[in-house]
Parts: sequence; C-alpha cells; structure tokens
Amino acid sequence: MGDCHGCPANSIATLPLPGPTTATRRHVVAIVGPPNSGKSTLFNRLTGLRQKVANFPGVTVEHRMGRVKLEQGRDVHVVDLPGVYSLTPRTEDERVTHDVLSGQMKGIPRPDAVLLILDSTNLSRHLVLAAPVLSLGLPTLVILNMADDLKSRGGELNVAELAMQLGSPVALVSAAKGIGLEKIFQFLSGATLGAAPKAPLIQLPVIQDIPKCRAWATHIGNQTGYHAPAPPLWTRRLDAFFLHAVGGPLVFLLVVVAVFQTIFNGARPLMDAVQTAIQASGQWIGHLLPNDALRSLVVDGIWKGVGSVVIFLPQILLLFLFIGILEDSGYLARAALIADRTMAKFGLQGKSFIPLLSAYACAVPAIMATRTIENKRDRIATILIAPFMTCSARLPVYILIIAAFIPDKRLLGPFLGLRAAAMLGLYILGFVAAILTARLLKSTVLKSTRSSFMLEMPPYRWPTARSLALRLVDRSKVFLYRAGTVILAVAIVIWVLSNLPLSHGKPPAIEHSIIARIGHFVEPVIKPLGFNWKIGIGLITSLAAREVIVGTLGTIYGIQDTGGQQGLQQALHQDLTMGGAIALLVFFAFAMQCMSTIAVVRRETGGWFWPAVQFAYMTGLAYICAFLANKIVSIWA
Amino acid sequence: MQVIFKKKSRAKNLTELKPGEAGVLDKLDLPEDDAQRLMELGFVPGHSVTRGLSAPGGDPRVFRVDGSEVALRRETASRLILR
Repeated sequence: MGDCHGCPANSIATLPLPGPTTATRRHVVAIVGPPNSGKSTLFNRLTGLRQKVANFPGVTVEHRMGRVKLEQGRDVHVVDLPGVYSLTPRTEDERVTHDVLSGQMKGIPRPDAVLLILDSTNLSRHLVLAAPVLSLGLPTLVILNMADDLKSRGGELNVAELAMQLGSPVALVSAAKGIGLEKIFQFLSGATLGAAPKAPLIQLPVIQDIPKCRAWATHIGNQTGYHAPAPPLWTRRLDAFFLHAVGGPLVFLLVVVAVFQTIFNGARPLMDAVQTAIQASGQWIGHLLPNDALRSLVVDGIWKGVGSVVIFLPQILLLFLFIGILEDSGYLARAALIADRTMAKFGLQGKSFIPLLSAYACAVPAIMATRTIENKRDRIATILIAPFMTCSARLPVYILIIAAFIPDKRLLGPFLGLRAAAMLGLYILGFVAAILTARLLKSTVLKSTRSSFMLEMPPYRWPTARSLALRLVDRSKVFLYRAGTVILAVAIVIWVLSNLPLSHGKPPAIEHSIIARIGHFVEPVIKPLGFNWKIGIGLITSLAAREVIVGTLGTIYGIQDTGGQQGLQQALHQDLTMGGAIALLVFFAFAMQCMSTIAVVRRETGGWFWPAVQFAYMTGLAYICAFLANKIVSIWA
Repeated sequence: MQVIFKKKSRAKNLTELKPGEAGVLDKLDLPEDDAQRLMELGFVPGHSVTRGLSAPGGDPRVFRVDGSEVALRRETASRLILR
C-alpha cells in the first residue's frame, strides 16, 4: 500500500525507479511460457514451499504466487501464469496472461519484469511467443529450458548471439536438474532495480499472425546458429511399446488396476495407522480434560468428527502421487490418446479421462484438472459427471453399510467375495450414471463438433522427487484445511445440537435433543426410501461432506451406547431394514453430498447455474433410484 | 482415364499419409479458432508433417510437426490439406 501514497501519476506506466522508494515496494515478476515448457518446474525451483494457489477476481483461472529469497534478505514475488502459445486473448488462459502482463488485471500490479520460459529443444516453435512478450517492453529474461536434453540430443545454440538479437538477456538452464539457475537469481536481483530493456536488434513481427511470427522465429534461429536436436530416441522407442496395438491397451489397463490396487490395499496399513493415532491421541486428550462436558465436546464431537475425515489423507496422497508420476513422466498424454476412442463413444474425449480417473479420489481436484480441456462444452460435461465417480469420501459410508448388512460370503471361489462384489457394483453404478449423463448432455445442451480434439505428446521424462513432493504437500494443505474448517464446524454444530436443550443441567437423551427434532422433521420425506430420523440427520450433515455421516451416526448411536465401529454396525443392523440399507448405498452413489464440490463447480463454471442444475439433477436421481431400490429389495428380501 | 485424372487433381489430406510418410501442409480447412490453435501447435502452412504412431484402433493419430508430436482425430486430420 505504501507505493500508492503520493505517486499515483507515475506508478502506472513507468518502471520502478532505483532508490529508497522501490525498496519498500512489492516487486512482482511474472513467469510466462507455453504449455510443456517446464514453467511449473521452474516455479517450484525458485519458490520451494514459499508458494500458494490463488484466484484472480472474476475469472476461473487459477495462478500460483510465490516468494523468491534473494541475497541481502530481499524478496521478489513471482506469479506463475497459465501456459499459453500466444497473447491473443481468445481463451480465458490467454486473456488472464495478457491482462496481467499489460497491468489490466485487478488485484495484481503490473509485473516489474518477465521470466519467459521456452523449451530449448523446440525453440523455433516456442520463440513464436517471444515476439508478443518482448514487445510489451518489460525487462525480460528469456529462459531456455531443457538444456540437458538439448545437449544430449545434439542440439546447438549461440546464447550470446540470441541475447543480442532479442535485446534481452538469455539463460540456458535445466529447471528439472537445477542447472544454470544463478543467472535467473542475478536477473531477479537486477530486475528489482528496474533496468530498462534494450530494443531488440531484430524487428519484431506484426503480432497476432502465427505464420509471420513463425517465419520470424526461423530467421532468429538461423541468425543464432540454432540446430534443433535429434528427435527424442527413447520417446520413440517407448511410444512404439506404449502405443502398440496390443501392448498399449494392456499397459493402460495395468496402470488403471495399479491405481485402484493402491487406493484400496496399499493405503490400508497407512490408514489404520492414522486411525490408531487419532484414537490414542483422543484418549490421551480425554484424560487431560477435567470437565465431562468439555471432554465430550473435544473427544466425541471434534476428535471423532474430524478424525473420520483425516483418515483418508493417506489414500488421497497416494492417488495424487500416482497421478503426479503419470503426468510428469508424460504417460498421461498417452493414456488420453488410448482412451479417446472409448470416451468419444460417450460424447467425451481423451482429455476427460484424466479428470475422471482423479475423481475416484476426489471430485474437487478432478474438476480443477478439467482445465486442460480447451473445448468449453466438453469441459462442462466432464465437470458435471465427475461427482458420479466413486470418490474416496463415499468409501467409509459404503464400508460401514456393506459390513453391517452384506454377509461375508465367497462368490467366485477365493477371488471375489460378496462384499467386494457389492463394492464393485457401487463403482459400476456410479460409472454407468456418469456415462449415461454424459451422453444425455452431449446429445442435447452441450452438443459440440468432434473436430476440436488436439493433444500434444510431450517427450517422456523422469519425474523428479522434488516436484512430486511439492504436489503432495500442496494437496495435504488443501485437504487438511477443509478438515480443519468446514468439517470441524459441522462436528461442533452436531455435538451442540445433540446436547441441547439441557434438562436439569444435564444433556438430554438423544431422542429429546434438537437434532432429533430436525431428524423427525425430515423423516416424512425420507421414509419412502426406508430411512429413519437418525439417517435423516446423517443426510443433512453429510451435505458438508459425504464421510461426515459416519461420524454423525457414530455420535448419535455413540451417545446411546458406547462402542467403536463394531458397535455402530450392530446398531445400524438393528435400526435399518435391508431395503433401507441398499437404498442408502444407492443414494450415496448418486447424490451430490459435498459442499466443496459445489463450491469448486461454481468457481470453475463462473456462476451458480451449473452447480444448481447439477445438484438438482443428482439429488433427484438419487431420491428416485433409492426409492426404487428400497421397494425392489423390500419385495425380494 | 477421367477417373484417374479426377483422383490426381483432388488434394491429399493428412489421413492419407502412410506411417512415416511426410507431406507439406497447404491449408487448414477448419473454423478460425481450431485453425489458430493448430497453427500454435505447429501446423503452419508450408511446414512438413509426418505421420507417426496412432492409438490402438488407428484413431486418433499422432503427427510429427515442427519438432513436436500432436495427436488429432480423423475428422480433424481430414481437414488439413496437403500440397
């Protein structure tokens, strides 16, 4: 805010002046580059853990802000802009990049300097972006990434000559290996002092015309002795295998199975460990608290409620680790290619496959991952069906009900038990609902031409531990933040409502509490589904997040009789019919019981229209199908 | 005779390239937005395009163009006309 005072006139167009006034000003440097140029890798290198995700006001595009520590304790703020090939504001990504660079974006000052990152192994094509960026007149460092690849594949380039031609400093780096980064830190130290850029030796082309920019790029390449490297040999070899007519689909299937195996079996010991830790710490805290009411609130209300959600952290992290490895290695693009024909049958495309696979962990990151789909209609269709995929928040509900109601019998010898089959059936149910909905949408309101699919195949690379770790840290933060806010609040509210009104200074029996009255109030609506008022309370609280119902039921039944998961299963078994139990499973397979998803859909679609349609559709479908399930099972059982 | 003549005069498109075969792009017969995006990915008239591998089943196909590889569906590839 200090810089606004007294200097509004010259703060608009001129660069920051050297001197005491600039020392207090927040310096912002923007990272710009095409997709697959290693922008995120560089951003992670520069900022490490000093970064956060943010949204620009009024747009759905996300960006990351971070701090780079320089010598003498000075900081520079860097903003990682969306990957673009040009600054022509056609897509939202391009508009955001254009607006930020030209200082028209609210909430962010015009950058003091630009880090333009380009892939050195693909320089001629990537230099096309240099023309519009350099003509902005901001101090720019041109970073040529993948220097290691360029060298190993026999490419050549005269860096000094390129800097001369462009009139801007040039750094040849490898962001993944951390080679050549000193030059970037030097530039950032200098950029904050506001060195004006020199005019390029070579005339910049008329922007907005790609063939002309491309010809300009070729000319510069020739002037600076650029020899494109040989094609990536290993990528060709691996593709011959991964895209093989027989081997390709086999590997693809293997990857999908491995992802599932990891979610279900691999995560189990970790989740058990987390559960044990939560229980033990809950007891320990319980002993420390003197007061009965306080102990009840902290241990039964907060610890159990929040703990029932935190248990899923290992599972979600493992899935993101998997997706991170697939994405960083380059296999994800091949998976999209293989999946495209099948997805096209449902009116979707290969790029929808990745978000939909992520939706098996959680719909929120899945919906964010739809940003790679350029076609707006395809993107909205994918967003609308993603919550049908069986996310991990449904698992505790499924596990609880299945364990309570489905007998542990063998179905197909040692391979498939009845319980596993029921679980599989629920996964298939969600999947079928998703593809039928996709077909419905794509043949009516979201019809689009099939010509808009284009997918760049990046070369295969080794994923770096550093970038994978940063991704996981970021995801944990998002997840634990939710557990610490929304779910904590819900847990407290439920505890309060189930302990009021006080009778003779003591909390009432659960049947006489406020929450019971709410449950009784909604009972007529859910009775046709075979649910009682306790389930009703669970349905209301699970609007916050699906898994909350387990904690809620635990609280409700836990107040009546003490006992762990086993106790809850027995209590449910006595309290619900088979029809009601199956109806509850069906309801959870279809209903959009998740505030976080509603919020992210609103943000990603830029309004309340789509989330409202989605919520009404999914809840309506859930109600009708649960009703039918209850009736059918009641006749049959 | 006439049939052969007709066949020769009709311009080839990307779907007619055999694996490993290259051709020079002439024009993009697509809506403005799609054409722009393809040009950004390297499909600029005058540049050489080589057919690479394809997804199992033959669609979409990968094309090598201007130092990178891009997969296109048959519908799109058939609208990219070669010289």
